[in-house]
Amino acid sequence: MITGILFFDVMAVLVISTSIGMLVSRNAVYSALFLVLNFASVAVLYVTLGAPFIAMAQVTVYAGAIMILFLFVIMLLGAERLEGESTIRGQRLFGGLLAVILLGELTWMAVFQSGLSPAALTMPASDFAGPTQIGLTLFNTYLLPFEVTSFILLVAIIGAIILTKTDNIGKRIIRPGKD
Amino acid sequence: MDAALIWEWIIKSVVILLVMTGGFAYVTLYERRVLARMQVRIGPNRVGWQGLLQPVADGIKLIFKEELTPVGADRLIFILAPVITVIPALIVTAVVPWGTEVNLFGRIVPLRLADINVAVLYILSVTSISVYGITLAGWSSNNKYAMLGGLRATAQMISYELALGMAFVGPILWTGSMSLGDIVSAQKNLWFVVIMPLGFIIYVIASLAEVNRSPFDMPEAEQELTAGYHTEYSGMKFALFFMAEYIKMIGVSMIGATLFLGGYQGPFVDAYPWLGPIYLFIKVALWLFFMIWVRATLPRFRYDRLMAFGWKVLLPLSLLYIVVTAVLRLLVGG
Repeated sequence: MITGILFFDVMAVLVISTSIGMLVSRNAVYSALFLVLNFASVAVLYVTLGAPFIAMAQVTVYAGAIMILFLFVIMLLGAERLEGESTIRGQRLFGGLLAVILLGELTWMAVFQSGLSPAALTMPASDFAGPTQIGLTLFNTYLLPFEVTSFILLVAIIGAIILTKTDNIGKRIIRPGKD
Repeated sequence: MDAALIWEWIIKSVVILLVMTGGFAYVTLYERRVLARMQVRIGPNRVGWQGLLQPVADGIKLIFKEELTPVGADRLIFILAPVITVIPALIVTAVVPWGTEVNLFGRIVPLRLADINVAVLYILSVTSISVYGITLAGWSSNNKYAMLGGLRATAQMISYELALGMAFVGPILWTGSMSLGDIVSAQKNLWFVVIMPLGFIIYVIASLAEVNRSPFDMPEAEQELTAGYHTEYSGMKFALFFMAEYIKMIGVSMIGATLFLGGYQGPFVDAYPWLGPIYLFIKVALWLFFMIWVRATLPRFRYDRLMAFGWKVLLPLSLLYIVVTAVLRLLVGG
């Protein structure tokens, strides 16, 4: 029990420090790498919660696919270095204020709503996040949202293809008869 | 959880790491000898009997080479990149079973490190992390050839990772489990390569691209990019990239043999469990021979054709393969 809490503390510090590192880093590549570390440490938290499937999906999709594309774009644009101070005035003050408000809100929820007693938290079944359970839930309970999401993704894919092929499509729209 | 179990895990992990690094050393020799034979040469045969000490000599040479860091390189990431490349390659085979169970000094020891129920996803996530090392190596070197090589490698690996992931789906559908142990047990009577030959072919092609082997060795196309992402690396840092490539070759061969060629299954493996690792070893050696053979035979793909092939041929084919496998599974009864 004690080792579990200690492990959680270490991971929690890691999660928070990597996200702060992402925010304050002046080099976009380092920011992206901090975010990757953040995703990885959150994935470790998922494993300790007994949800290895979600942890692996998190690493594969976010750390493995999406962040590598971010890195790709940063490198291609050569936009690694952030020049000077931020251009929007009072941004930091306002951001800090919002962060304090959010922290207060979360503390209030944790202390007053759940009462901070471990008895109020119930452990789910040990296989609640196995591949089979997730599949069954997705295709039984949440079938419609699942289908809608896949449809939106399909539209996004077609949109990306059209955006990169503007020349041909434009010609076809302007002169439909001659093509 | 008793102490003996923890020791068992530690010993198995050490064995995996030693087998992989030792395997790396001897796969380089294997490749050089086989390539030489195919090109009617002899290959390295001077150091030790039949050149068996050649990898040791190479290692000593690389350790004593000067390590250079280019001016304007991002030092931290330049040093970290080879490490990020090697670690995923070393840990990816942790979920592959080598056999059933053996009796070792009165203790029943299963011949596998971690038979987790998301093993296939674990492999995918670890391979997707290994892309970072190559990208960062290209970026941090402050060299345009390295940068272009790194970007090419990233684009290629992301594109072929999709087809690779799709190739995994067939065995999962047939077995109804993501654990490699279950997948191997299901191939006791019939290897999956017989049921899903299309998936096997897709896996072979995509895995060649994933480990940047010829004919997909675009990231290090010498004629265009000098040496691609590792142009600026020397000494042991270069050796780590070299090591990662060969360990990944062993890794994809092991995973492929487990998914499609029955893993440790073979005649009399039930009676003599020690045969399991031997069968797996033979299958991996044959698979590696095939990879070297391909390198000796095929010229390199052109880069745009490589991307077009990945997205317009391999991906639709793999979708078709999943549908066909699912229908077959229903017809056979499940």
